Amino acid sequence: MTTEAGSETEVKEKAEESAAPPDQSEKATEDSQEVANAEGEEKEKEKVKEKEGKEGKGISRYLPTWLKKQKSQSQTSPTKEVPPTEEAVSKVTQEEEEPVPEVNGHADEVEEKEEVKSDQVKEKEAESHSNASADTEPAKEEKLEESAEKTSEDTKKTTEGERAEEEKKEQEGEAEAEGEGGEGQTSIFQSPLRLVRKNKMKLVVCHVTLMDGTDFTCEVEKRAKGQYLFFKVCDHLNLMEKDYFGLTYTDSHEQKCWLDPTKEIKRQIRSNNWQFAFNVKFYPPDPSLLTEDITRYLLCLQLREDVASGRLPCSFVTHALLGSYTLQAEFGDFEPDQPRPLDYIGQLTFAPNQNKEMEEKIFELHKSHRGMTPAQADAQFLENAKKLSMYGVDLHHAKDSEGVDIMLGVCANGLLVYKDRLRINRFAWPKILKISYKRNNFYIKIRPGETEQFESTVGFKLQNHRSAKRLWKVCVENHSFFRLNAPEPPAKARFLTLGSKFRYSGRTQAQSRMASSLIDRPAPNFERTSSKRISRSLDGAPMISITEAGRDTAENGREPHLELHSDSKVKEVDLNPGDVEAMPSQQSPGCSELTLSQDHDKTQDDVLKHQASISQLKRSFMEAPPPSPPQPNQWEKRLTSSPAPTIRFQQQQVSLEEEIASVLFSRHTGTGFYSAAEAACGIPEPTLDAVITTCSAATSTAPTAVGSSSAPQRPLIPSTSPLSAAEVNVPQTEAATADNTISDTKEPAKPPVVKTEMVTISDTFAAQKTEIATKEVPIVHTETKTITYEAAQLDGNGDGEPGVLMTAQTITSESLCTTTTTHITKTLKGGLSETRIEKRIVITGDCDIDHDQALAQAIKEAKEQHPDMSVTRVVVHKETELAEEED
Amino acid sequence: MAGLMAGFGHYTHAVVRGIPASLAKEALRSSQAEVNLAKARGEHEAYVEVLRTRLGLEVVELPADESLPDCVFVEDAAVVCGDTALITRPGAESRRREKEAMEAALKDLNLNLVEMTDETATLDGGDVLFTGREFFVGLSKRTNQRGAEILADAFKDYAVSTVPVLEGLHLKSFCSMGGPGLIVIGSSEPAQKTLKVFEKLKDHMLIPVSNLEKVKLDGALTCCSVLINKKANI
Repeated sequence: MTTEAGSETEVKEKAEESAAPPDQSEKATEDSQEVANAEGEEKEKEKVKEKEGKEGKGISRYLPTWLKKQKSQSQTSPTKEVPPTEEAVSKVTQEEEEPVPEVNGHADEVEEKEEVKSDQVKEKEAESHSNASADTEPAKEEKLEESAEKTSEDTKKTTEGERAEEEKKEQEGEAEAEGEGGEGQTSIFQSPLRLVRKNKMKLVVCHVTLMDGTDFTCEVEKRAKGQYLFFKVCDHLNLMEKDYFGLTYTDSHEQKCWLDPTKEIKRQIRSNNWQFAFNVKFYPPDPSLLTEDITRYLLCLQLREDVASGRLPCSFVTHALLGSYTLQAEFGDFEPDQPRPLDYIGQLTFAPNQNKEMEEKIFELHKSHRGMTPAQADAQFLENAKKLSMYGVDLHHAKDSEGVDIMLGVCANGLLVYKDRLRINRFAWPKILKISYKRNNFYIKIRPGETEQFESTVGFKLQNHRSAKRLWKVCVENHSFFRLNAPEPPAKARFLTLGSKFRYSGRTQAQSRMASSLIDRPAPNFERTSSKRISRSLDGAPMISITEAGRDTAENGREPHLELHSDSKVKEVDLNPGDVEAMPSQQSPGCSELTLSQDHDKTQDDVLKHQASISQLKRSFMEAPPPSPPQPNQWEKRLTSSPAPTIRFQQQQVSLEEEIASVLFSRHTGTGFYSAAEAACGIPEPTLDAVITTCSAATSTAPTAVGSSSAPQRPLIPSTSPLSAAEVNVPQTEAATADNTISDTKEPAKPPVVKTEMVTISDTFAAQKTEIATKEVPIVHTETKTITYEAAQLDGNGDGEPGVLMTAQTITSESLCTTTTTHITKTLKGGLSETRIEKRIVITGDCDIDHDQALAQAIKEAKEQHPDMSVTRVVVHKETELAEEED
Repeated sequence: MAGLMAGFGHYTHAVVRGIPASLAKEALRSSQAEVNLAKARGEHEAYVEVLRTRLGLEVVELPADESLPDCVFVEDAAVVCGDTALITRPGAESRRREKEAMEAALKDLNLNLVEMTDETATLDGGDVLFTGREFFVGLSKRTNQRGAEILADAFKDYAVSTVPVLEGLHLKSFCSMGGPGLIVIGSSEPAQKTLKVFEKLKDHMLIPVSNLEKVKLDGALTCCSVLINKKANI
């Protein structure tokens, strides 16, 4: 298949590039040009104006595919557009004039991964544009191909900084695009298209109303997609757990609509009113599971507004309670000497029908929250708000089959029907087989009950076609987000058909949670609205380094600290089984959902509770005054780059011990499996080895495990084909590669290993999950492994693997030595390509290392660097020696 | 901290009321069986004792009122959930004054009172089933749609749904909470019809139990007390 060929090509290393098809080499120059352009965005902006004159040429690119083919002549003159180098960038200007036909490829475009740094995002965006144009040709473009492309882009990112590298890939990517097109003709004008796309466009000023009422203004390219703007806003807010949020705009009918991240903004708003609002799109059923306080804070802002506006109805008592938490969060403890406390209360709106009595009550309750930090107050606010029956319910006006006015509410659990103030019906997602709309009718097909034989369809009348479609979209998105492990690919929808090709394109809650469990940054400071005082966010408190003693406690419970990261990460995963069980397997959303039983709910509840208590624990732990100055944050930085030799870790002699934990995630992208694995570890003593492996052959990574205990866990990334808990079984993958790399790593150990003791995490859950694992593709593997690493040996990979040592960096301080090595392996075999990136971080030292922190950091970095790859494995290898023979 | 959600089955107080002598002769009933007043009082005492000693509730005892023969069935006069108390407007005209004593008692407990003032609304507490997560209001001879709506207004935190009551006096004449997330319901045909509605609305497990031996005065155990979950600082 062409696709595969394409992706292979692009994945190839320099060495193979010479072999690239000749027609591509022609474009090499212009490509490099493009790249340059894309990178130096600033420059381009200035140039936009210069090329007004060229407008005429661009027209063809907006013509529909079929038209293009006919007119091939006029377009075949790539020369016209090629030479222009940077100036060919006339794009935007033209767009205004030209009517833009729908481009098929667009809607289908896969949502980009988000955990990228802002600059990467931008770049990606640029690239996705180019993709989009490429996609224009093959109308029936499949997700497969796109992801392949994307992967190439990612790979690119990996190598970022090496211009040459990028150029070549660009080139190859193009080759791929052409391959997909399958028509020589097509490919000819593709390059001009891309060229133009890539280049600077006209900028538009967007106004985004944030939830605290402030305005955020930014410029975006006129053709930018929704997600570009969305990312910009998230960046501005310093928000990482983005998936629960979205941008809205008001359409010409005064209806609030969600901006589709995958589509061009311009085509959605259909007006010159570039005005948006940032809002919560999916209300997390349990906000305590959110990772960051800033996310909870933003959710609070939304809910305060929901409550004050009456959208989220609550009783007098609840109004007062929520209001009191808001006061505590915004103003801190009630101060008795404050002249008129009620003054400030009166200025805030807590309820639609706020009165003195309520304010008194709020005030009274506020007093009782003394000592509560803003983050705690927010958490309490959410704990109460989440229980409200209308929490997260998106209401739509409708009529039932008899023309009676009702309201349809879409939420995490399903569809609710209200009449007046009463809930008259309820359709949980598992009960719904299909959702569709036709004209102004909205239909749900209901799974037959135990006693019934046939499925039934319930219809509702919406005001008009638009509202029916809007409701349908909201349903599709909510269902995907809350019920699925991974979003459905738009092309081959089975569950929700009919109507548009629209599918939820973002990450699901499951994915989001997994992703955010990897977040490891110092809690960002943020200002709260009314007070504008600096958040006393708990997570912002100085970190506490964990000593051995602390670690012991972690054994039985959880380390309250940033443990999150090794230990809790696994736990986090554990939690999911419940989740996953409760969720329909992707392949058969129907049947599995049916079997939902109370038991499952319970388990889940328990787990959630557990989780909650842990976060509580974490919170309280964080709250404690920092006992010791050592700051892991610094440590993080060191790990990344700067050799800051001043870090003080708690010196402590510990007896010999070794820990190994590895986690395997996998993801199935079109042509192959791309994954990333990483490991980090800390040892209180002499050596610390960490291996970060990013690998395209998800399956192949496991084999080398010395001793492996499989503990399937929640999917990090969706995959469409089942993968057994074990490994292998993915047809396209070549286990060989991975194996090689790994065995390589097992080469002679530099640091003397005194004793190796394997500690396996999450075994307990294995049994429970095995069953799921067979259905649910994504698995997490726990295995134990001893790897000794030596950077020098990496390069000379055995078996002639075309591996490339990307970077190696060593940071040394008094007591610690950190070496980070990135190793990329690309293989091509039988039409399948595989990219595997392995990162190793070796920390050697004779002092205490917060290895959880180190692991988390390593994972986070890997995720950021390769947003589209997944972590296949995390191996933590820890060696501790009693005697100080090292260093 | 004031608990927003009462949850199910966690109570601190119970309001009960004595049995007036008029109960035997004048209380509303659907069967004509003879009522032994002394025995009824004995039973009631034992019941209150259980609430007080076995369940450890703080019992607030209201004196019986001879002019209100049904006053022992306090459940109908008020619905309490969390810190909110809805004073109902009972379907039976003769019982409307029962609320006075109840209102005073609830006020003393510092609850947030909501009155049902709408003249068209009727609601008996016996038709209100609180599951810990949602309310079900039985539409019966004593309770109408409007009453349910007002209840929904009073307890905005919760979803409120109605279910038909085709037999018996009250919804809780044939169903009751059997525990958290568990609704126990009678096996009679009308009860089963109600069950159908339940099934479509809730996620609780339903266990049909035989409940054919109806109490003489259409009473069920829940009807003789108003349970309150009262936290210290409200």
